[in-house]
Parts: sequence; structure tokens; C-alpha cells
Amino acid sequence: MNKSASITTGGTFRFGLLLLAMPLLLWLFLLVILPHVDLFLVSMRERISYGKYEFSLINYIEFFAEPLYWNTYVRTAVMSIFATALTLIIGFPVSYYIAKVMRGKGKNVLFLMCLIPFWVSELVRTFGWMILLRESGVISNFLQWAGLADGPVEMLYNDAAIMVGLVYTSMLFMVVPLVSVLDSLDDSLIEAGYDLGGNTFTVTRDIVIPHAMPGIASGCIVVFMLTLGNYLTPNLLGGKDSLWFTEQIYTQFITRFNWESGSAFGFLLLILSSVIVWVGLKLSKQTLSETVG
Amino acid sequence: MIPSIPQPKFYKGLYSTYIALFFVYLSAPLIVVGVFAFNDSLFPSMPWEGGTLAWFFGNEDPYIGIFNDTKLLESVGVSAFVAFWVTVLSVTVGTCNAFLFERSKFPGKNLLYIVSLSPLVIPGVILGISILVFSNAIANGIEEAIGWDLEFLRPGLFLVIIGQFAFVTTITTLVISARLRKFDVSLEEAALNLGATRRAALWTITIPFLKPALIGAGIVAFLMSFENFNTTLMLVGSDAPLTIAMFDRLKQGSTPVLNALSLLLMVVSGGLALLSVFVQRDSKN
Repeated sequence: MNKSASITTGGTFRFGLLLLAMPLLLWLFLLVILPHVDLFLVSMRERISYGKYEFSLINYIEFFAEPLYWNTYVRTAVMSIFATALTLIIGFPVSYYIAKVMRGKGKNVLFLMCLIPFWVSELVRTFGWMILLRESGVISNFLQWAGLADGPVEMLYNDAAIMVGLVYTSMLFMVVPLVSVLDSLDDSLIEAGYDLGGNTFTVTRDIVIPHAMPGIASGCIVVFMLTLGNYLTPNLLGGKDSLWFTEQIYTQFITRFNWESGSAFGFLLLILSSVIVWVGLKLSKQTLSETVG
Repeated sequence: MIPSIPQPKFYKGLYSTYIALFFVYLSAPLIVVGVFAFNDSLFPSMPWEGGTLAWFFGNEDPYIGIFNDTKLLESVGVSAFVAFWVTVLSVTVGTCNAFLFERSKFPGKNLLYIVSLSPLVIPGVILGISILVFSNAIANGIEEAIGWDLEFLRPGLFLVIIGQFAFVTTITTLVISARLRKFDVSLEEAALNLGATRRAALWTITIPFLKPALIGAGIVAFLMSFENFNTTLMLVGSDAPLTIAMFDRLKQGSTPVLNALSLLLMVVSGGLALLSVFVQRDSKN
């Protein structure tokens, strides 16, 4: 049947396959697997003197002993979960509108309008929010003009600003899977729900949401991961007190040049992200290949 | 709530208002960035001081326009250089991977597939530090063993390219695999039956079929590299790509020259985005 699969005889096959697999193996081993193994090894050692290291758990002990570190860790996780939930709540009605209420050309246009902003760099988008929210910014001026505020209002550099930016940045990754899963929901199922005496609330709860579950799961997982690993948005919109865990990693690596402890932090963040992704996949009975592929 | 189910006008109106507000939310930051590129003020903020093109073409301090801001222009060049190499490498390797995953059978294929998806679930900052730590270990090892100091393994553009390539390749692999999966192998068999060599069949039948996906993957790879921040931040040396240069300016507080630059970026990446949508749409027919 399959020509390429049928040439499985002789040494040429093995050699050809190996040649084809070479780039993949080099990529995965040199750039993904070995670096992370090395990161783990570095996190498990202590610097004794110049160029001398010893096996030690000190970096992890330090993390748990210093409240600033694990507070930041927990705070990052909690805020990421909150941002994910908020993105879902805001994005779901929009996705439903695009997938089920709109018809024909308008549907594609609206969907495209959702996508375009996300081709623009995250930096530019965050810059836009800074112009809107800062003390001398657009919203502050508008409030004064409308007589709702007496003086300039600073809306930047607090948790709400971080949240606005994070939700904004993540929206695409929620809307795309939701639209595609809601698109596959047959209208007649919704109609049947109403015919059988359901109202908007019960139909949404019993028909639409169960059907959309795979999309909800994959959207939430991707959004959570991206939020957790974000650096730009908390840093620019949250200012000095943003306390995001990626900033701690940056500080350890670049500012304090303490690679051992930075590696431990990096590894802890990786574990947090993997565990939550794994739990999300298990709860929604999805696999990684289905979710990101 | 679908069109075939009658709903009270009030709810319909409420729903439409919500959607309209959502799109205001979506577009507001981009609009203000664009509009303030024309503000005749030293800061990208209110009040509106009247229109000017100085932030594009200005050449006298402090009104240095983007076309005369050598530092920013240089960083655009650096980013383009990095993005070019990331695109070439990731599309090439992505194509190999697509053939490997779609066309061949070997033990451990599923596991390998999952591992090759993993860069998507690794936060960019961590990918950056792990490559930084590993390349530094190699560089130190070589220096100790034979005394060579391999400069390219220290933070710099080479590592930035490698780091971005590490996760962009997953995306190009997915895009190209999806297209290759739809390819009818009998077309290739027909070419072989008609006397074509394997190489000729590949170049005249399969690769042209893959072309939309290759172009689409190339555009996505270029944009992802050009706009990457997290991985780049950890690997960057003295030559700053655009995102890093802009980030530094933003932290210091900058003139609206950043708005002018952002507006140009929006136009270019919006254009590329539309292009890739159309390229991929044509390929579906």
C-alpha cells in the first residue's frame, strides 16, 4: 500500500530512516532533553569555591525557607488560575456568538478580527495598556473629563492591571479552541433542548458546556501555561511589586548570577506547570497530542 | 441561544452589546498605540498636543523619528537576522520531522512525538535558562579540555537563534505534518510507476503539494521569532533584538518613537497574518 512504508527491506531503509530522524534527534536531545537534565543537575549542587561544586539540596531548602520565594510561587500560581478562569468566562460568550449566532461571511470576519491583534507583538499590546492605564493616560483623562474623577487616577502598577493585561494576552488561545469545538455542535441539539422545555440556562448547562468540554480544557491548559511563564506583562503592568515567579528566576540568573538557585526555581516552575497541565488533561480525559496538536 | 430559537429582544441586544464591548476591549490598546504615534508631545500620553510626523521622520533632538533612530533600526536588523535563520532552520527540520512522523514506522515513534510536542508546554523562560546553562557547561568543558574558548556558546545571537528554534520547530512540524497527512500517496506512486526517480517524485509532486504549508509555517516561524521575548531575554548578549531593545526603552520611559515603530510593526505583522490566512485557505480548496 504505502510506498515509503513498503521499502522496509535491506540496509537502505534503516540508513535512510536514521538520516531522516537525525535532525529530530539532534534537536530534541541537544536543545530540549539534555539542557533540562543539566538544569536539574545544576539545581542540585552548591558552589563551594570558584569552579568547585558539591551535591546539595540547599537551593531547594532556601526556596522553602525564604517566605518571599514561595509566596511569589503560590501567588503566581493562584493569579494564573484566576486569569485562566477570567479568560474563559469572558471568552466563552464571544466564542459562542462567533460559532453559533453569526452566520456566513460575518462569522469569518469576526473570527479574523479576534485573531489579528494577536499577531502583533505582546510588547506592543502591553504598551497599549500602559498608555491607557497610566496616570496621564487615556482612561484617567476620560474620567476627569467626564467628571467622574477629581484628579489623575493611576491604574497601572497593581494586580488588577496585571490581570487585565494577562487576560488580554491570553484571549486568542481560549477563543480559537472554543470556536472550533462549538462550531461542531449541531444546532438541532440546541433546538431539541428548547423543544423539550429547557431554557437558555439549562440548555447551556446540559448541552453546550458538556459538548465544549474538550475545547474548554485545551484552552484553559494553554492559557494557564502561558500566563504562568509570562514575564513581560506582570513586569510592565505590575511594576516593582508585581512579584511574578519568572522575575525571581531572572533575578537569580542575570542580576545575582546565582545559577544554582535560579535553576532550582526554574525547575520548580516547570514542575508546577507540568503538574497542572497533567491534572487538567486527566480531569478532562484529553491527551497532550489532542490538546496542542 | 441560536437564530432559529426566538429570544426576547432585550437579551439579544444585551448579547450584542457585550460582543461590541469585547471588540472595543480587543482593539483599544492597539488603537491608542497607533494614534499616539502622531502626538506632538515628548511622552506617549495625554494630553493631545496636535498631530506630527516627527516620530517617523524627525531628525532633531529630542524629536528623533524611527527612521533616524539608529539604535532601534539596528535592533530591527538584528531581529530580522535572527528570524531569518530561525525560519530557515525550523522549516527545514519541521519538514524532515513531518516526513518522519507521517511516512515511516519505527519503534518508539509515539514517545518521540510526545517529546517533540513538549517545547510547547515548557515556559519560554525555562527553555531559555536550560539552554543557557547547558551551552555554558559545554563551553566550559571544552575550554578546560582543550583550551578553546568557544565564544558562540556564550550568551549572544547564536544562542538566541538556537533557543527560538527549539520551540518554533514544534510548530512548523505540526503545520507541515497536518498538510502531509492529507497527501494522497498514490500520486507519488503514480509518478514512480511512470518512471520518476524517488527524488524527482518528491520534488515535482510532494513538495509542490506541501508548498502552502511550507509558506504558512515559514511566516508563523518568522513572526514567532521576531516577537519572541521570554526565551530571548535569557539568552541575549550585547546585540539586542527588537523586543529586548523596546522593553528597555519602555522601562526607562520613551518618546512616542516607540509608538511609530509599533504602528509599523502592526501594519507589517497584520499584513503577514492575513497573507498566511489566505495561503492556508487556498490550500484547502
